Parts: sequence; C-alpha cells; structure tokens
Amino acid sequence: MTMVLGAFGLFSAWPLIYVINNAFKPLNEIFLFPPRLFVQNPTFNNFKDLFTIIGNSWIPFSRYIFNTVFITTAGTLGTVFVGSMAAFPLAKYKFPGSKVMSSLIVYSLMFSSSVTAIPNYIIMSKLGMIDSYWAVIIPAIGSTLGLYLMKNNIVQIPDSLLEASKMDGASEFKIYFSIIMPLSKPAWITLIVLSFQSLWGTTGGTFIYAEKLKPVSYALSQIVSAGVARTGVASAVSLIMLVVPVTVFIISQSNVIETMATSGMK
Amino acid sequence: MLKSKKAMARNNFLKTWELHKEKYLLIAPFALIFICFTFIPIVVSIVLSFTSFNMLEMPKFTGLSNYINLIVYDEVFLIAVKNTLLFAIITGPISYIMCFGFSWLINELPPKIRAIMTLIFYAPSISGNAYLMWKLIFSSDMYGYANAWLMRLGIISEPVLWFDKKEYVMPILIIVQLWLSLGVSFLAFIAGFQNIDRTLYEAGIIDGIKNRWQELWFITLPAMKPQLMFGAVMQITQSLSVAGISMELAGFPSVEYAGHTILTHLHDYGNIRYEMGYASAIATILFLFMMLSNIIVQKLLRKVGE
Repeated sequence: MTMVLGAFGLFSAWPLIYVINNAFKPLNEIFLFPPRLFVQNPTFNNFKDLFTIIGNSWIPFSRYIFNTVFITTAGTLGTVFVGSMAAFPLAKYKFPGSKVMSSLIVYSLMFSSSVTAIPNYIIMSKLGMIDSYWAVIIPAIGSTLGLYLMKNNIVQIPDSLLEASKMDGASEFKIYFSIIMPLSKPAWITLIVLSFQSLWGTTGGTFIYAEKLKPVSYALSQIVSAGVARTGVASAVSLIMLVVPVTVFIISQSNVIETMATSGMK
Repeated sequence: MLKSKKAMARNNFLKTWELHKEKYLLIAPFALIFICFTFIPIVVSIVLSFTSFNMLEMPKFTGLSNYINLIVYDEVFLIAVKNTLLFAIITGPISYIMCFGFSWLINELPPKIRAIMTLIFYAPSISGNAYLMWKLIFSSDMYGYANAWLMRLGIISEPVLWFDKKEYVMPILIIVQLWLSLGVSFLAFIAGFQNIDRTLYEAGIIDGIKNRWQELWFITLPAMKPQLMFGAVMQITQSLSVAGISMELAGFPSVEYAGHTILTHLHDYGNIRYEMGYASAIATILFLFMMLSNIIVQKLLRKVGE
C-alpha cells in the first residue's frame, strides 16, 4: 500500500517540483531542449527582474496586493460564516422550505456556469456592483459548494448535544457559536482552503475594470503576457502565486490534525 | 368566507415564522445571495433555452426547436454526448474510489507525514493549470517524454502524434483527469474522517467486528455517509463537465471530434458563435444528465453499510 501511495505521490508532486525548479533556472536552462526537471545552476535573476518590473509599474504594486488581500480575506470569511450559518438549520432541523432549499442547492451545483454568466452579469450591473470588489466577493460568499460541504459535516454532530443546550435555554445563534462552529472545525478549515485558493487566483475578469481595483494575479499576468523575453520572470511569478495558497494549505491542514488530537477530550 | 381563509393563512404564516424565526434569520444572508446570483441566472438560462438569442436582439421564443435541432440534427452533439458519457463512466467511479481510498490510507499515517502527503496529493489541484505539463509528456516529437521512453524501450520506432490520432485522444484525457482527481472530494473525505466518533470503534469491537474490512463497511462508511454524498455530487459534476483539459491538450476542435464533449460543444455555441439560446439548451440537457446520475448514485449510496 505504501508503494501505491509513493508512486502516485511522485506523479502528483511533479507540478510542485517543476514550478520550484523553474523559478530558479537561468534563461538558457528554461529554454533547454529537451527540458530538464531539476535546475543545474540556480539563480535569483528571475526574481530580480520581476522586482525591477514591479518597481516601474504605473500604479504602486502594493495597491494590487492590497486588492487581492482584501478580496481574499473578506470573501473567505464571508463564505465560512454565511455558509455555515445557513448550513446549520438546513442540516439539523425540518421546517417549511428546508427540503426545497436543500435540493435547490444540490442541483444548482450541476448547472454550467458558462451559460449563467450573462444573466449574472446583468443582475450585477442592475445592482450597481460592477467595477467594485463586491462583484467578486458577494457571489463567492454565496458559494453553494461551501454550504453543501458545511451542511454534510454538520449533519454528523450528535443531536443530543444540541438538545442539551436547548434545555438550558440557549438560542439557535448561541448553539451555532458554541456547538456547531467548534465541532465542525475540520469542515470549515477545508472550506477556508478552497475559498482562499479560488479567490487568490481571481483576476477580476469581466467584473472589475478600474486599474486601481485589479488584483495581483491580473497585474502579474499582464507582466507575463509581455512576451517570450519575460519567460524567466513568468516562472518566478508562478512560484510566488503558488507559495501563498500552499502556506495557507499547510497551516490549515496541521490544524485539522490538532482538532483530532483534542477531540478525545470532548 | 374568503376573508377568514386569508386570515387563517396569515395566521399559519405567523405561527411558522414565530416557531422557526431564528432558523430563517440564519439562512437569510445566504438565501438572498443564492437567489440573486445562482437561482435567478439558472432560471433565466432555462427560459432562454426555448428561444433564439444572439445577445444583440431581444430573444425570440422558438419553443422546443433548440432541443429538436440538438437531438435530431446535430450530429456533432451526439458525438459529444457519447464522449462525455464514456469519459464520465470511467473517470467518475475511479476518481471517487481513489479519493476515498487515498484519504483512508492517509488517515492512518502519523500527523506530520499525513499533512505532507495531503499536500502532495492535492498538488495538481492547487497549482492552477498544472495539467499543461502533460503537453510536455505527450508532445508529438521524439523529445516528448512518452515518445522518448517508448522509443528507448523499443516499443515504437518513430514518435507518435498523440493528439492527431483519434484513438489516443480519449485515453490520454482520461489519464490526465484521473491524475487531477484528488481535489475537493478528497479534502472533504479527509475532514470527514476527523468527525467520526471514536467511541463507535470501541462499541464495534464489543459488537463483534472481526477485521478491518468489517470495520470499514459497518462503521467507517456509514459514519462517512454525508461526505460520501458530497463526494458523489462533486464527482458527477466534474466527470460530466470536462472541457478545459480537452481544449488545452487535444485542441479545439479536436481531431475528428475525438475529444469533443458536451461542454466544449457548449463553449462553441456560447463563447464563439454567440447562439445563447442553443447554448442554454445544451446546458439544460447536461443538467438533466447530472440530475439523473445523481438520483441513481444516491440510491446506490443508501445501500452502504446495510
């Protein structure tokens, strides 16, 4: 079994190894043919070139970083709270409308987003959300995937725990904060990873036009798209874009393990 | 009479509200966003599927003609359906079992190694368009890794043009998709294993569970049912909506439509020809396929642990 894990692991790790090695390759190694996976003479030139370009950008680069950090933080926090708040009653109670809502959510995951993009855009422009952070943040907060993930984990929390605190006169809001959230930690940590990952990579697409509101990944993709001469810079960009979500992933995954260590005490 | 009925309905409404007020308030923020940005756009798309709409003029109602054209006259669509179903029937179940199997095996590892293994397996999903590296592997000259290896082993004598040969396209796409499988469901399963009440296993030993397989079938799988349902929905939507890897690797359109899927067909009409009515009809048919497979899979999942 370890053999299977190891063999598949080698294949899976390939993109990580590739991106890390490429970022430190001098230009002649990047264009080497046939390509080599591992770097021979590592250099920081790609990063130096990138910082020179960044220093010359028309809008201070820190602005792009702020935009991305704001969108990612607000979107991720919103997704976790709004999603888990709605997931709790849907997972634990039966009330008029709960069944319809639950099946609407599951089936809405199955409709191709490329067709809904146009009605979506029209609604957003009617609500005056186009060309603001909210055009990216609000739809992300309404992530049906996030709600569905939370709901299916909250279902596993024993009903007896909820009833006990109801006997003590706790409101649903109190139960949500004191029982549901602590006990569904592995689920919302997973949701943080997924939400962070997708918002971090957002370019604002058709929703954000103003240059000063554009996120980092847009700015970096503009730098990269300047041509073949930027290939070295592009490989540095790939690594930088990857480092943050991977760090978030590692921190949150080690927290999932921590929950397991403490759950014996509950 | 009429008035009292109205009053009764109002009364009922107030009673329901009073009883479940807190629950509705908890759901309200999500429901509002969901209705605006998910539900209404879907309903609009389904309505558009009964019209002819080029995005410049107002939509014209055309009844079922989009559907009739798709099913009866559009031969390329039939190829797309065949490819999509073949692809989904192979990759769906295998990915699903892989997600579960790998997360189960990883769960037994010591914490530190476990975190690293999770990252490694999830790497293809976190590194954006990492699947483009398969272009290098299956590049059609002798420098492509696959060609180089096969030539060195003496299996082939000259480089194979992988994506120009109809019979190779689908198998390669299937391999790439399987490589990408350990995504959302994999993470959900890993989280799910953390939620299992550990006392269940102790109780199981008392009830006469004899080996790991019995433990898996009678305790672990039933306890994981919610995650299994979640994973199933994810696999169904992912395996039936393949498009990106096909267009990037096999090209668009692919040779003799060998890599053409329902979603690439939709892309053709929606993003290239701007026939939104027709594109919406394609989306609706894909939606029906997914609903149907979901109903079947959920029925099967209900049998788990019985």
